Amino acid sequence: MSQARLAPGVVPGRLTREELVVNFVDVAPPLDAHEAHVAADRCYFCHDAPCITACPTSIDIPLFIRQIVTGTPDAAAMTIFHSNILGGMCARVCPTENLCEGSCVRMDAEGMPVEIGALQRYATDGLMAQPEHPFSRAEPTGKRIAIVGAGPAGLSAAHRLAAKGHDVVIFEARAKAGGLNEFGIASYKTVDGFAQAEVDWLMGIGGIEIRYDQRLGSNITLEDLRNDYDAVFLGMGLGGVNALRADGEERGNVLDAVSFIRDLRQADDLTTLPIGRDVVVIGGGMTAVDAAVQSKLLGAENVTIVYRRGQERMSASEHEQHHATASGVRIIHNASPLAVHGNGAVAEVEFAYTEEVDGHLVETNQRFRLKADQLFRAIGQTLDLMPTGLALDGGKIAVNGPGRTNLDGVWAGGDCAAGGDDLTVTAVAEGRDAAEDIDATLTGRPIEIPG
Amino acid sequence: MADLRSNFIGIKSPNPFWLASAPPTDKEYNVRRAFQAGWGGVVWKTLGSEGPPVVNVNGPRYGVVYGADRRVLGINNIELITDRPLEVNLREIKSVKRDYPDRALIISLMVPCDEESWKAILAQIEDTGADGVELNFGCPHGMSERGMGAAVGQVPEYIEMVTRWVKQYSRMPCIVKLTPNVTDVRKPAEAAKRGGADAVSLINTINSITSVDLDLFAPQPTIDGKGAHGGYCGPAVKPIALNMVAEIARSPETRGLPISGIGGVTTWRDAAEFLALGAGNVQVCTAAMTYGFKVVQEMISGLRDYLDGHEMELSDLIGRAVPNVTDWNQLNLNYVTKAVINQDDCIKCGRCYAACEDTSHQAIAMKPGRVFEVIEEECVACNLCVDVCPVENCITMRELEPGEMDLRTGIKRGDYANWTTHPNNPMAKAAE
Repeated sequence: MSQARLAPGVVPGRLTREELVVNFVDVAPPLDAHEAHVAADRCYFCHDAPCITACPTSIDIPLFIRQIVTGTPDAAAMTIFHSNILGGMCARVCPTENLCEGSCVRMDAEGMPVEIGALQRYATDGLMAQPEHPFSRAEPTGKRIAIVGAGPAGLSAAHRLAAKGHDVVIFEARAKAGGLNEFGIASYKTVDGFAQAEVDWLMGIGGIEIRYDQRLGSNITLEDLRNDYDAVFLGMGLGGVNALRADGEERGNVLDAVSFIRDLRQADDLTTLPIGRDVVVIGGGMTAVDAAVQSKLLGAENVTIVYRRGQERMSASEHEQHHATASGVRIIHNASPLAVHGNGAVAEVEFAYTEEVDGHLVETNQRFRLKADQLFRAIGQTLDLMPTGLALDGGKIAVNGPGRTNLDGVWAGGDCAAGGDDLTVTAVAEGRDAAEDIDATLTGRPIEIPG
Repeated sequence: MADLRSNFIGIKSPNPFWLASAPPTDKEYNVRRAFQAGWGGVVWKTLGSEGPPVVNVNGPRYGVVYGADRRVLGINNIELITDRPLEVNLREIKSVKRDYPDRALIISLMVPCDEESWKAILAQIEDTGADGVELNFGCPHGMSERGMGAAVGQVPEYIEMVTRWVKQYSRMPCIVKLTPNVTDVRKPAEAAKRGGADAVSLINTINSITSVDLDLFAPQPTIDGKGAHGGYCGPAVKPIALNMVAEIARSPETRGLPISGIGGVTTWRDAAEFLALGAGNVQVCTAAMTYGFKVVQEMISGLRDYLDGHEMELSDLIGRAVPNVTDWNQLNLNYVTKAVINQDDCIKCGRCYAACEDTSHQAIAMKPGRVFEVIEEECVACNLCVDVCPVENCITMRELEPGEMDLRTGIKRGDYANWTTHPNNPMAKAAE
């Protein structure tokens, strides 16, 4: 074991560049043509297929798989993109075992679903690698739409609105588009700069302008957008992070998991990224797993996820949990943080074991401490800014139907809007459906059934 | 994007995919749903004469042949023509056609082989608004015992006679559906043409017993311990159908006679193959029975993609392969290829070796480490290794360059020469 690897504290360069390259390769490499055909051959082309129902964007999965079987993967990709313009990213990051693959009838037959996610990637990668953008725009309507946030919801809405002939301006708070696809997802799921490549490809339709460093409430206001544009779609996601509410939370090296993932995704050189030797991640969702696994891949010796409830309540999918444990991450269930100990920086985290009594989570007297030189919070995000006049629902923007807010001409979707599962695919669906509703409202045209 | 609109003997449809006369087209409910799913046309399940309709068995009507993973490769059926009253069918046809004027709606007919019966039925369907008729001279079971269906289709004179009656008593375009249960399908096609048919459609189903119940010792489907032969269809019959379509398309006597291709069309590719061999459109049944009406969506997108990729119109495809269908004696005997195994793609299963070593020409060597290599000195280019290899394109056939030595024969590759001039042919004509 090298000296660097076991260095105490939060330090960069635990692993060599070569080791990091190996660690951060594509976690699910693409299928080649032969593999795709063997996988596709297993689809039964079910009637009213459960996988379609399970997909938040209702992709016609049996049809696209059949199109792969018959040697027309580009037609398969178009079937996907008609319903989900970010089908490429969703193929990589969707928790498919909870969605399409989890509902595949092959699960009942053999306990092994058709590899829908991998097949979707096969089809979409092929079409996206081609020079021409496959969609064209309808005749110009003269309508201008403002979108706040260039994440999955905003991009999805923008593409559909542009396709329908509207001109779209996206106001993005950061210097880069993509939202959580770019900043919030483990890098091994979306290698080779795919998130930016996907944005560039999507922009290929034309009619979409992205203005960067435009933050709602700072240099733009909802009021101005409503005055200057025919419609506004809010898809700015959740900028805030929940607090642990544990003593000592303010100590050094206590970070938000989303910030850590963002820094990792934006790092040009992973050997410069500091990581602890003993890392503790608090939370039970995908972000917790992404932060924990990447900590391990960066060279942390001990990484522990601590979740306050039981395993069955973790929102990270089982596949994700297995990936974490197979990567050497330990998962402790039923433990809630009490205090962050240390002298300046975190040195230990103290927990109480919990149990559920009548549906309520209560702390027991059983305590334990975990050694930690770095602590990541991954316990959910919150809406950090709220334009006045918008009604809320559970801390998010209240919507009804296809993303309509209480304000005329203002729609919302993605993580910032109430409802949905805070998944990329849900955001895509919400953006798309809001775009359809915006179009119908502005032009009186009928809603186009996706696909 | 390629335009798939089809005009077959004056009958227009938004695409060349029609549902064949069969259970899926037996009633209004089905046909409406088929049109909603995107089918370009429908041949309504065969109508019989007025009066008490035929009855069907009340046990199983279908037998099946499976491929791996229970993939349906072929279905045989012992169902008869429609068992619903004529007036009900006519009312429903009229209602559907009124609501779907852009789709093709053809009525399949089968009545006793006498002039009065044909005259009567043609008068009855006159005002349904249907686009044409298809004469069912193909049904091989049940009806043929009663002197209809294949019993007519197997006698060219009858085909000609009935077709003539139909053209005499109806202004509708007339398609004659042929049975494959004949030795030479060109003869019935010629008869249809002589009778004035506007087109032929083929193939109808093939006489078959799909399987035998080895406990009951009876063919399947088994009705109370007995079974009768049925009509076989589905992907398994496609090669037979393609050949018959090509035979008619290239025969001097029937060349130019429009053909509606039927037999195992399951994907866009199957359809494109029929079209390339001269079919003006295709009819489908088993694929719909296996996968539902929605299966047409893949056919539409796939054919469109193919045509776009080849920068062709639909009409460019129809018949494009016909000039390349020839007789064996016209094949170039100086065309020499050799199998090549791509070692990077090889998964070392050894199926090519087993096939070649045991049943062919001992032209593959098995070397240490399960490395399989072609012995060019032995390879006759039979292609069997390619056919049995589980990895697509792992084994390919390399064409020898002109002048390159064939290591098997020691002869350099020469110019085109076929059997008709070959020295071993006692009937050979001297090369000119």
